[in-house]
Amino acid sequence: MEIHRYEKLWTVAALLLIVGLIATVTYGAVGPGVTMVSDSGGTVDADSLGDTEFGDPGVTQVGENEYEVHVVARQFLFQPGTAEPIRVPANSEVTFYITAADVVHGFEVAGTNVNVMAIPGQVAEVTVRFDDPAEYGIVCHEYCGSGHHTMAGQLVVVPEDEYDTEGS
Amino acid sequence: MAYVDDFPTDARIVRWNMAVAFLALGVGGLFGMVQALHRTGVFRGFVSSADYYTVLTGHGVLLALVFTIFALCGLFTWGVTRSLDRSLPSPKLTYTWFGMMFVGAAVAAITILGGLVPSIPFNADVLYTFYAPMKAHPAFYAGLALFIVGTWLAGFDWFRTYWHWRGDNPDQRIPLQTFMVLTTMLMWYISSAGVAVEVLFFLLPWSLGLIAEVDPLLTRTLFWYFGHPVVYFWLMPAYFIWYTVLPKLSGGRLFSDPLARVVFVLFLLLSTPVGFHHQYVDPGIPEGFKFIAMTNTMFLLLPSLLTAFTVVASMEHGARQRGGEGRLSWLRKLPWDEPAFAGCALAGLMFAAGGFSGIINAGMNINYLVHNTLWVPGHFHLTVGTASALTFMAAGYWLFPQITGNRLRFRSLATVQPYLWFVGMTLMSNAMHRAGLAGIPRRTAEPQYGSVTFEGVVGGVSEMRIQIAIGGTLLFVALLLFLIVVFGTWLGGDGTDTIRVNGSIPAPLSGPEHSPKILDNLKLWTAVAIVLIVLAYGLPLSALVADGLFAPGSPPIPV
Repeated sequence: MEIHRYEKLWTVAALLLIVGLIATVTYGAVGPGVTMVSDSGGTVDADSLGDTEFGDPGVTQVGENEYEVHVVARQFLFQPGTAEPIRVPANSEVTFYITAADVVHGFEVAGTNVNVMAIPGQVAEVTVRFDDPAEYGIVCHEYCGSGHHTMAGQLVVVPEDEYDTEGS
Repeated sequence: MAYVDDFPTDARIVRWNMAVAFLALGVGGLFGMVQALHRTGVFRGFVSSADYYTVLTGHGVLLALVFTIFALCGLFTWGVTRSLDRSLPSPKLTYTWFGMMFVGAAVAAITILGGLVPSIPFNADVLYTFYAPMKAHPAFYAGLALFIVGTWLAGFDWFRTYWHWRGDNPDQRIPLQTFMVLTTMLMWYISSAGVAVEVLFFLLPWSLGLIAEVDPLLTRTLFWYFGHPVVYFWLMPAYFIWYTVLPKLSGGRLFSDPLARVVFVLFLLLSTPVGFHHQYVDPGIPEGFKFIAMTNTMFLLLPSLLTAFTVVASMEHGARQRGGEGRLSWLRKLPWDEPAFAGCALAGLMFAAGGFSGIINAGMNINYLVHNTLWVPGHFHLTVGTASALTFMAAGYWLFPQITGNRLRFRSLATVQPYLWFVGMTLMSNAMHRAGLAGIPRRTAEPQYGSVTFEGVVGGVSEMRIQIAIGGTLLFVALLLFLIVVFGTWLGGDGTDTIRVNGSIPAPLSGPEHSPKILDNLKLWTAVAIVLIVLAYGLPLSALVADGLFAPGSPPIPV
């Protein structure tokens, strides 16, 4: 097969680019430790969430500076998140467990990398560090019915001392 | 002699396919403008926010499936008959597939539009992705199934034409256009099987009440098994035009036929085992399989990068034939005032930008930032909305005279149209990309919330909204200009003009004789493609069905 010299150079450059792109993602995983949403959350019966850890969703402290948040997404609210904000202290490591009670929803904390799908029967697990106090908006970014555009919530990262006094 | 004089029956089927494609483009484009004005808050008087999703479903289905696939059927019918120099063998088969596709598309479209009329009992506000457990009227799924089976028969029609030709020409290389059609269709058979299984075995019986529950993650996975390859089903006809027609329009000839074949074989191999890259942030799918899908997706860059080289090299060759000189000043010698050329070239240029935003989507870790934000529509309005749509329109300027026997009418409108599309898309798409980085979601009627503020990295949110609204409106105006030109050309003559374009396509600089024969071994490439798919999908799919085909299950939820 006859390949022009410039074509060869171009092909080699293209392959290097591709391998380089894959390398950056691999580095992200093994270096800074960027993990993907995986199957680690397991499955639940979406019809009877009441019998699971999603029966009483909310924030639980599981260690020093470590918290778990269980969130149920349903038409058209996050529970917790919409009626009352999700509150976590600054300087903490928070693991979210998110599932859906009816249709497919999205859970995006705007302006952060917390961005997962909420699928009935599946539990999404994602861990994130919050260093400083801040307020974030949460939006459902998967069309979930005629009221989809009203489905939003809030995540509030409060100063550590404030969280402790309120919690006691 | 025009194509229509040599192949009157085939020219009719090409015209019909194009007519359906461009009518769908007109309606879908109007819906697009309605959405651009509604979601930005510029004008919300067309529909209520609840009905926005009906319009959005119509936009997606009419443009991403109906427009693109009918245009493909027109272009491929033309390409196969022209390059093999023989008609499709049986008009009965041809009318059958066209009829099935048309009825299927019409049923799905009517079901969707029913959502706008409260007195009509059916609707399908489930978007183009129709994720369970949101349920559409069964007619929507049935229409889609009929449409897809129609495309399978169309492919069979083209394969049959090829087999007849092969009988008469046992030792010749497959002509390039036919080679492209056959590899594209093989890719389509393999990938559309996923959505066919999803619709026929799960969603249709479930929407009819024959089975109680479906597994949302399994059906979603089957959808995306098809959902990315369908992107190449739109794009490969554009490549088909860029490789075979654009060099001629530039004033020259294709640079390399062998490389074009390599590119299409790579698409056949790599298009399907990439679907998990749409599910990076889905729970229930192990990380390793997402990584495999990412690797395949990144390697899919290769055929597109090779195409960039070959197509630009062919254009440069054309420009030099026209007297172009210098390192870059040859660009000035290209026929920028020819709408067919300008449309294809601008489409290719924008596709380069869309390709780069696609790399961002494909990267597992940065995908967290852009998944399901407005970035994603910003990206695919450059790929399907420009690379494919503008190329098909531009090809129409060149092809319509040949398939109707009429001269192109309203030439000045045609000359302006590609540039107007380019400007409209530049405004809309750049604003969408930036809005996505700010976290503004896609697929929503009102991305304005009391409890959420979005902060743009560059520029403000209100400025982005204005750009999207203006861009969307300019795109619709450009679309109207196009429809006036092509339907004016078709309906405004009697087929006896002396047309100004000629349909011959010059031989490439480096012809098929320079490529190894193994490239034409379609059975081999199909087998390799299937092995790659089994590697990418075998284990995760078997894990998904290990707990039962319908579990964890969800009953239908009406919208």
